[in-house]
Amino acid sequence: MKAKIFVTLKPSVLDPQGKAIHHAVETIGFHGIQDVRQGKYFEVSVNGALSLDEARAEIERMARDVLANPIIEDYRVELDSDS
Amino acid sequence: MKFGVVMFPGSNCDHDTYHVISKVIGQPVDFIWHRETTLGDCDAVILPGGFSYGDYLRTGAIARFSPVMGAVKEFAARGGLVVGICNGFQILCEAGLLPGALMRNKNLKFICGHINVRVEATDSPFTNRCQRGQVLSVPIAHGDGNYFCDDVTLAELHRENRIIFRYSDASGNVTADSNPNGSLDNIAGISNRERNVLGLMPHPERASEQLLGSSDGRIIFYSLADTLAELAKAS
Repeated sequence: MKAKIFVTLKPSVLDPQGKAIHHAVETIGFHGIQDVRQGKYFEVSVNGALSLDEARAEIERMARDVLANPIIEDYRVELDSDS
Repeated sequence: MKFGVVMFPGSNCDHDTYHVISKVIGQPVDFIWHRETTLGDCDAVILPGGFSYGDYLRTGAIARFSPVMGAVKEFAARGGLVVGICNGFQILCEAGLLPGALMRNKNLKFICGHINVRVEATDSPFTNRCQRGQVLSVPIAHGDGNYFCDDVTLAELHRENRIIFRYSDASGNVTADSNPNGSLDNIAGISNRERNVLGLMPHPERASEQLLGSSDGRIIFYSLADTLAELAKAS
């Protein structure tokens, strides 16, 4: 089973890296780019012995306690039981 | 009185801090390896600067789970004096011993150089030898020193006089130009509510001997030593 975890800065938090990327892509000549926010993406393989619910609980806890800093970041978990 | 300096894999200011405490301040000091689960007989513990665990994921994010941090949390809860310098500040925030987070510098650059901080509060064990408004010339060296917290926390820090240092110019004016990294309200150092835990981005241990360009930083270590001496006398 595979889990995908997306960690993004909260909307209220400034993202200087995203701003720099936005500026760069505009300079290169990409048009119509309104805003860029940079985040982190994790792929996690889960032991098949866990049920879907157990895996979800474990991944949610890991995202909340380790992968994201809840003061500045939000996270979203996708679990793919077919993979 | 004994100081402890924690060594994480990737700490690189541990020896500097040890040197200043033992040779400049003249107090006993021990290193504490990150795998230790107790702090021994230390009366004050310092989390030094560096790049603990490579600063992978986020600065301080992995270090906060190391065995020694359990002991540091317990020590702090009992009122023990804890100082986090630079990476140590980042670890204390990740560990929840201090509020807020240290984000990437606003200009995205690793900044290395002497800056000025103004002492905002002298009623702390770390600044009791300072004058309120005193300006200290101390170096910074970090890529992630941009202090952030939510509005409620910021108001609380102000109300409880927990902002200990703010970036200023040489005359002590807190200005946008003197803010090197984009920190909220020019915050360079804060304490917890109980005032026994301090985190600061500048490196006082790198400014404790005139030979290195400034000895302004040693007043923090002297303040700590004074506090410990008084605590020892009282007990």
